[in-house]
Order: sequence, then C-alpha cells, then structure tokens
Amino acid sequence: MLDALTVHRLHFAYTVTFHYLFPQLTMGLALLIVILKTLALRTGDEHYNEAARFWAHIFGINFAMGVVTGIPMEFQFGTNWAQFSRAAGGVIGQTLGMEGVFSFFLESSFLGLFLFGEKRLGPRGHWWAAFMVFLGSWLSGYLIVATDAWMQSPVAYRLGPHGEIMLTSFWGLLFNPWALWQYAHNMSGAVITGAFVMAAVGAFYLLTKQFQAHAKTFVRVGVIAGLVATLLQLVPTGDAQGRMLAAHQPVTLAAMEGMFETQRGAPIALIGQPDVQNQRLDNPLEVPRALSFLTYRRWMSEVKGLDAFPQQDWPDNIPLLYYSYHIMVGLGTIFIAIMVLAAWMLRRGTLYDSRGTLWALMLSLPFPYIANTAGWMTAEFGRQPWLIYGLMRTQAGISPQVSSGNVWFTLIGFMGMYTVLSILFLFLVYRAIEKGPGEAVTSG
Amino acid sequence: MQTVWFCLIAIMIAMYVVLDGFDLGAGAIHLWVAKGEGERQQVIRSIGPVWDGNEVWLLAAGGTLYFAFPALYASGFSGFYLPLMIVLWLLILRGIAVEFRGQLTSAVWLKFWDVVFSGASLLLAVFFGAALGNVVRGVPLNDQGYFFEALWTNFRLGPNTGILDWYTTIVGMAALVTLTLHGALWVALKTEGHVHDRSFGLARGTWWIVLVVTIVLTAITFKVQPGVPANLTAHPWGYIFPALALSGLAGMAWFMRKHDDLKSFLASCTYIVGMLTSVVFGLYPLVLPASTNPTYSLTVDNAKAGDYGLRIGLAWWIIGMILVAFYTIHVYRSFAGKVKIGESEKEY
Repeated sequence: MLDALTVHRLHFAYTVTFHYLFPQLTMGLALLIVILKTLALRTGDEHYNEAARFWAHIFGINFAMGVVTGIPMEFQFGTNWAQFSRAAGGVIGQTLGMEGVFSFFLESSFLGLFLFGEKRLGPRGHWWAAFMVFLGSWLSGYLIVATDAWMQSPVAYRLGPHGEIMLTSFWGLLFNPWALWQYAHNMSGAVITGAFVMAAVGAFYLLTKQFQAHAKTFVRVGVIAGLVATLLQLVPTGDAQGRMLAAHQPVTLAAMEGMFETQRGAPIALIGQPDVQNQRLDNPLEVPRALSFLTYRRWMSEVKGLDAFPQQDWPDNIPLLYYSYHIMVGLGTIFIAIMVLAAWMLRRGTLYDSRGTLWALMLSLPFPYIANTAGWMTAEFGRQPWLIYGLMRTQAGISPQVSSGNVWFTLIGFMGMYTVLSILFLFLVYRAIEKGPGEAVTSG
Repeated sequence: MQTVWFCLIAIMIAMYVVLDGFDLGAGAIHLWVAKGEGERQQVIRSIGPVWDGNEVWLLAAGGTLYFAFPALYASGFSGFYLPLMIVLWLLILRGIAVEFRGQLTSAVWLKFWDVVFSGASLLLAVFFGAALGNVVRGVPLNDQGYFFEALWTNFRLGPNTGILDWYTTIVGMAALVTLTLHGALWVALKTEGHVHDRSFGLARGTWWIVLVVTIVLTAITFKVQPGVPANLTAHPWGYIFPALALSGLAGMAWFMRKHDDLKSFLASCTYIVGMLTSVVFGLYPLVLPASTNPTYSLTVDNAKAGDYGLRIGLAWWIIGMILVAFYTIHVYRSFAGKVKIGESEKEY
C-alpha cells in the first residue's frame, strides 16, 4: 500500500513524463522547420518547402498531443499539490502565468496560420508564421524551466508571516542563474530529439530507396543540427550544470555519482550498481580522479560523498537517480559518436551510401527521448527530498484533502487515456511517414 | 491592487466563456445541425483555426489566478479534484477529436470523432456551469481554507450539498442552453446553406428556453446566495451588469428577427458577459464563499499573493494582453467570412 505522497508523486511523474515526449520534438522540430523555410527562402528551391510541409504535418500531430497532455500539468499544481501552490504560487505563478499570456497565445495564433495558411501568406509570411511558432514554443520552454529552476534553486523571495513565499525581484526570478544553464541544456536536448528524428526518417527513406531527394535533405539537416546540439549538450551546458550541482546541491551530485565516501581525487564511475543498504558501489568501472577534475578543475580536489550529509537530506531514491543520470550521460556520449561519424561521412560525401551508418541513424530514433526523460528524472529525483530545495519538503506540499484512493482513480484514468493517445499518435505519424514528402498532404 | 486583479481575472474568465463558449456550443449542436460529411466539415472548419486559441484563455486565466490568488487556486483546485480531472479528460478528448478528425477520410473514423467531439463539448458546458454554481453557492471550507465535497449527494433541497446537486445541476443546464444558443449563432454566422438555416432555427427556439432559464436562475441564485442581491442593493450602480445581460437578451431577439447574424451573435456575447459580471459583482469581495462558517470564506484579501508580485504582474499582464489583442485580430481577420461548402481544408 503506497502512501498518499507516493501516489501524488507517481501521478505527476507519469503525466509530466508522458507530456514531455511531445514538447521536446515540438521545440526541436520548430527550429529545424525554420531552418528548412530559411533555406527555401534563400535558394528559392521548392524542394525545401516540400520538406518543410512534410515536417509541418508531423509537427501538427505532435503539437496537438503536447497541448492536450500539457493542460493537465498546469491544473495539477493546484489539484495535487495544493499546499505547495498556496505557499509558492506568488512566485512560480508568475512564470506559469506568463507562459499562458505570452507563449500559448503566440503559439496557438500562429500555428493555425503556419499549418493552413501557406498559400494565403506567401513565402515570407509563411516563414514568419513558422518563426513565431518557434519563438512561442521556445519561450514556453524557458518559462517552464525557470519555474523548475526556482524549485531547484530558489531565489528572489522572502518568507511572509504565514509561511507564504513572496516574490521580491521579478528579474531575479526570470534570470535565475540556474534557469539559464538548465534552459540551455534542456533546449539542446530538444534539438537533439528533433535532429535524430529528422535524420532517422531520412535514413529510413534512403535505406528503402524512397523519396531520395528529400531523404538526403533530412539526413543532412538532421546530422548537422545533431552534431552541433550533441556537442553543446556536453560542453558547455552539461558541464556547467554539473558544476552548479556541486555548488548548490552537493548531496545530489554525490548520489548521482554513487559516491558514498568523501574523497580527494575522486574517480568517476562509468558503470556500477549503488547498494544503499551497505553504502557502497558494486562492480564499479572507474576513471581515476576524473570527478574531482570535472567538478573543480583540479585532479586532487576533495569531492564530498554522501557520508558528508545527514541521511535525511539524501535523495530518497538513490538507485533510480544514479541510473537516470548514467543513462543520460551514456546515451549523450553515444550520440556524439554517431553524429561525429555521420558528419564526417557527410563531409566526405559517403554518408548517403553507407548502409551501416544509415542503419545506426535510423535505429537511434527512440534514444534521445530516453536520454531527455532520464535527464529530467535526474533533475527531479535529485531535488528530493525537497519540493523547493532547502525550503519545503515534498511531503509538505501535497493536497491535504485529496485521498490516495482519489489519486489512484485519476492516475489509472490518465494511464488509460494516454495509452489510447499513444496508439493514435503512432498510427498517424506512421501514416505520414509512409505517405512521404512531396505530394499534397492533408493537414488536420 | 487585489481588486484590480479580481476584475482582470473576471475579464479573462468572461473572455474564455465568450470565446470557447461558442466553440463548445458549436460542438454541442454539431450532430444535430450538420448532416453528412460536407456539412459536418463546415461546422468543424468554422471553429478549426480558433478553438485552440480560445482554450488558451482558460489556461491564461488559470495561470493568472495562480499567481494573483494562490490560496484560492490551491483550495479550489484541490477541493474540486475529481470534477476538474473529469474536465481535463473531456478537454483532452475534445481537442484530439478536432485535431485528429481530419486525418483520415474513413466514415467510421469521422463518425467516431464527431460523437466524441459533440459529447465532450456538451458535457464540458454542463460541468463549467456546475463549477460556477459551486462557487456561487459556496463550499464547505475548513479553518485551513481547504475542503472536500462529494461529487454528488441526493439532489434534494437542503443543506446536504454536493458538487452536483439540485442547484449546481440547474446552473449546469443553464450553461448548456446558453452556450447552445451562443454556439448556434456562431455557426449561423460562419456558415451558409442548410447548416446556417438549421443553426439559426435552433437559436430562435433556444432563445425562449434561455429566457425562462434566466428568470429561474436569478430567482434561485438570490435564494441560495443572499450575498448577491445584498451587494446589488448596497451598491446600486452594480445594476448595470444585470442590465447588460438583459440588453443582450433583448438584442438577440431583436436582431434574430432582422436576420442579422453578426449582431445576434454579439448580443449573445453581451448577454453572457452581463450574466457573468452580475454574479462576480454579487460575490465581491468573496472569491470562494464558505458554507461552513462565513469567516472561513476566501476573499480577495486573504487569498492574494504578495503586493510586489501583484504590481509587477500588472506590468507584464498589460503588455501581454496588448500582444494578444494583435494576434487575435490577426487570426480572426485571416479567417473572416463564411466557410464555403467543399472549400479545401488547407486554405481559409
């Protein structure tokens, strides 16, 4: 029997994880579509417009999924986390409110024009509509990341007489240093998803010898964007996040690395299974002194292990946190390898005929989704046991009047509904890919 | 400052009801005014490019409520847990129905999504009405400002209230007929041929029901929430709001006789705004009345966020709304005029 807190957490985790499968492609693809539209404007080549139209169709389906699964997120702050909302609403309500007022209106207004208005708007107008959709989705991403960043590293607030948290600086909230790096890391993650999806579809067409002209464009744009984004994901954005963690959440860093003991010249574990009962890492495969260097830029500096912190402040699910983080980093490294190889072959002009590399590109399609999900799991498990880091425990944030039975009911409801949505989504996207670019595609 | 935000959120909610109201209403009458695929497409296309933007008003109002009155957001949303989740599911189904319907041309696919779209729209109208009914009647808040209320009780008169009880169900039904009329006038405005004629006929019939419902609803609301008439008596200038509603109601009758689709629709907007503002004016300064102990009620003063946040919020809110006005005008202008039969979905 799980307690109410766990069910509330499962409820949010399930709905937000499912939701974020869609915005990451929306944001990544939005940028790539703007690139395709720009190429079309510059070269005057209709081919790029056809490519953009094909992706716009998939973008539309994906966007609809993101919208309908996103609406429950805003409501859940109130329905499931009432005490948190009551205390912190005056701060994070700012960023969430701004998202509604600035991004959602922008996106919803221009999405219709972008999807259905190409003939009416003309080439420049249509480029502009695509750009506004891109802007809206990226702005929305920023405001959500800023919200999460405030929970990770609260700034610009003071406590009121009844424990309510009041905003003291609007710009401080908006330009929280944590938010800037987290946003950069998150967005290059989204571009990685978009780039891998585009390259994978292109590779699939090349391997099956269909739509070859478009396929080459997809692979080329996907690989170049993918190369840039996978590198940015590591340096500077991933690196900066790691050092921010060391400064603000050292206990989280220790748990992520599975490091139970404080050490000078700390190694980094590539593989290993954390054993929390016995406080050790089983079967480790380590790079000596690497963690000290990466964190403090000195090989022999001291890195604090979990033993340096009271156990009540440890993240409450260290194994899952450790694995999420290692899966993210491991996949990120593989992405760099794939994209460097593909880009090198692209430059030499052999990529389109290299079946092995095309297979690798095609089969890697699901992995950016896994890496992005694992990254967010790292952030959110890492924040535990705090809801607002150092300020409010997760236990203290739930809705007092909502029983775990009620939450189970709606969690099961969401699971059923999202299963149906997944099937519909895969079916419709499969049809779009099967139909391919070039012909008139009916948009919905 | 909190009163300013009270008014701004009331405006946003009114915008939501007026805008999403017509596409909910269009959904509710979809199966009845449009026969055959050509006509059904007319209805869908009459709301296709705008429904999503209309729904954003709900999200924007929710977000604004969150930062201006966090205690109200927390208490209301957690107290209405189950009904809100049901609303979310209906919103999901409805959104998917509109967006995915046009993806295939199979008759089974189209029929399925038509029924989902119409059913979800209909239920949403009732639920939103019931929600308003709950806020007006009050909820059993405890001294911490939270409440739990059963989804339904025995529907009898008396103190045994539920989220759905005799009063809130009547308000829900009233919302349904009001939005049916509103949606029918929108569809009449945006279409031609049989769909136009059927919608217009439906609107004329529904007007009489709305008239009866308005009288009944006013009477029982004054009984259920004596604060509303008391506020009106104390501040007689507030009668401007009921007068606005009545002028909308009369305007609809007048312009429907003259077959002026646009002015009839605008009169319906006026009616809805008038009714909502009357209620909101009647409740002020309460934002969620307590049925348990009046001192537990949430008011604009005890539910508000910090003053600095409210001041800075006003700055970005105004800038945001100016932008929204630009987008909205742009979209509705791009989409002006009637939806033609058989017009390609790709262009409008």
